[in-house]
Amino acid sequence: MKQRNPILDRRKVVAEILALRGDALVMPGLGAPTWDCAAVDDHPLTFYSWGGMGGCAMMGLGLALAQPRRRVLVITGDGELLMGLGSLATIGVERPRNLALIVIDNEHYGETGMQPTHTRHGVDLPAMARAAGFRSAGTVYTAQQLKAWMPRIHRQPGPVFCSIKVTTAHVPLVLPVREGTALKHRFREALLGPRALTE
Amino acid sequence: MKAASKPATWPLDIYQVFKQNGIRQVAYVPDAGHSLLIKACHADKNMRAVCLTTEEEGVAMLAGAWLGGERGALLMQSSGAGNCINMLGMINECRFPLLMIITMRGHWGEFNPWQVPMSQATVPALNAIGVTVHTVEQPGEAAETVAAAARLAFSTGRAVAVLISQRVIGSKTFGK
Repeated sequence: MKQRNPILDRRKVVAEILALRGDALVMPGLGAPTWDCAAVDDHPLTFYSWGGMGGCAMMGLGLALAQPRRRVLVITGDGELLMGLGSLATIGVERPRNLALIVIDNEHYGETGMQPTHTRHGVDLPAMARAAGFRSAGTVYTAQQLKAWMPRIHRQPGPVFCSIKVTTAHVPLVLPVREGTALKHRFREALLGPRALTE
Repeated sequence: MKAASKPATWPLDIYQVFKQNGIRQVAYVPDAGHSLLIKACHADKNMRAVCLTTEEEGVAMLAGAWLGGERGALLMQSSGAGNCINMLGMINECRFPLLMIITMRGHWGEFNPWQVPMSQATVPALNAIGVTVHTVEQPGEAAETVAAAARLAFSTGRAVAVLISQRVIGSKTFGK
C-alpha cells in the first residue's frame, strides 16, 4: 500500500495540543508520547506511563468516567494503541463525552529500533475508531489540519479520535519522574486535594 | 445444574459488599458464574458496569478510575487471569488498589480439558505478579471474603483477587 510521508514534528504537535489543555487531565502512553509531554509541559495533572503497554486508552476511559466534568486527553503512540485495539470497541460502546484519544502516529516502534508498525502498511486507526462508535475520528497530516482539529480535540463531545501523522526525526530525550507511586500521588493530590493521600 | 436448585444468593451478597465499599466502576468479561452480579451492577444507577473485550482492559481502566478518585472491581473467570499479567505489573509498581473477583473454571468437576491448564496456573501466576489471593469454597464465605479483600486492596494499595470455587458456582456441563 502506498503511504503518504508524514511531515509534522511530534514535539511541536504535542506542544500545540498541551498549550490549550486548560484543566484537562492528560494521560500519555509509554515511550515517546511520555517524553514529549514531559519535555513540553511537566504538569501534575499528567500521568506518565513507563509500562502497561496497550492500556493507555482504557486508563483514559476509567479516568473519564470518574471525572465526567473534566476533559481527558489520552496522548499515545501507534504501537501502544495497536496492542489494545479492543479498547476502541469498549470505548465506542461506553461513549464518554469527555474523552479524546490522540495518536501521535510516527508509524514506527520508536523505542525498539524503529521497526514499522501496521499503520506504516496502511492500517487505518481512525476508520477503526469510527467503526467502533467514536463520535468523530480523522487523520491529521498538516499544520493547517491540526489547527482545524484543536477545537474537536479539546471541546467536541467525545469520544473523539485523532491520528496525527508525525516524522521519525530525532527529538531530545526528556525523561520525567519514573517511580509509579510518586506519579500516582502527584496526580491524585493535584486532582483530588488532601483526601487523595488519606482515603 | 439441578433444575430444583434455589437461585444462588452469594452473587448479591458480593453486590452488597460492593455497595458498602463505595464501588462505582465494575469492569467485566462475562462469566456464567458472575451473571447475577453483572445484572445487579448494570441495574444500579450509582455504578457503571463496563463490558470489556479482554480482562487486561479492566486492569488499566480501574487504574484510571483510582487516579480519578473512584473505586472499582474487576470480574472475570480464571481463564482471563493470564491475560492480565503484564498490566498487573503496572498495578504493582504504582501500588494501585485493585479488587478482582475471579470465578474458577478448570477445577472442581470440570469437563472441558482446555480449561485446566490456566486454572492450574491462576494462583501461581497471580502470586508471581504480586496479587494477594483469597479463596471462597462455600457460598456463605463470599461476602466476608470480598469485604476482607476490599479492605486490604483499598486501605493498603494492593491488588487482591477473590477466587470463587466451581464448587460454589456449580460446574458447567453442557448437558454431559
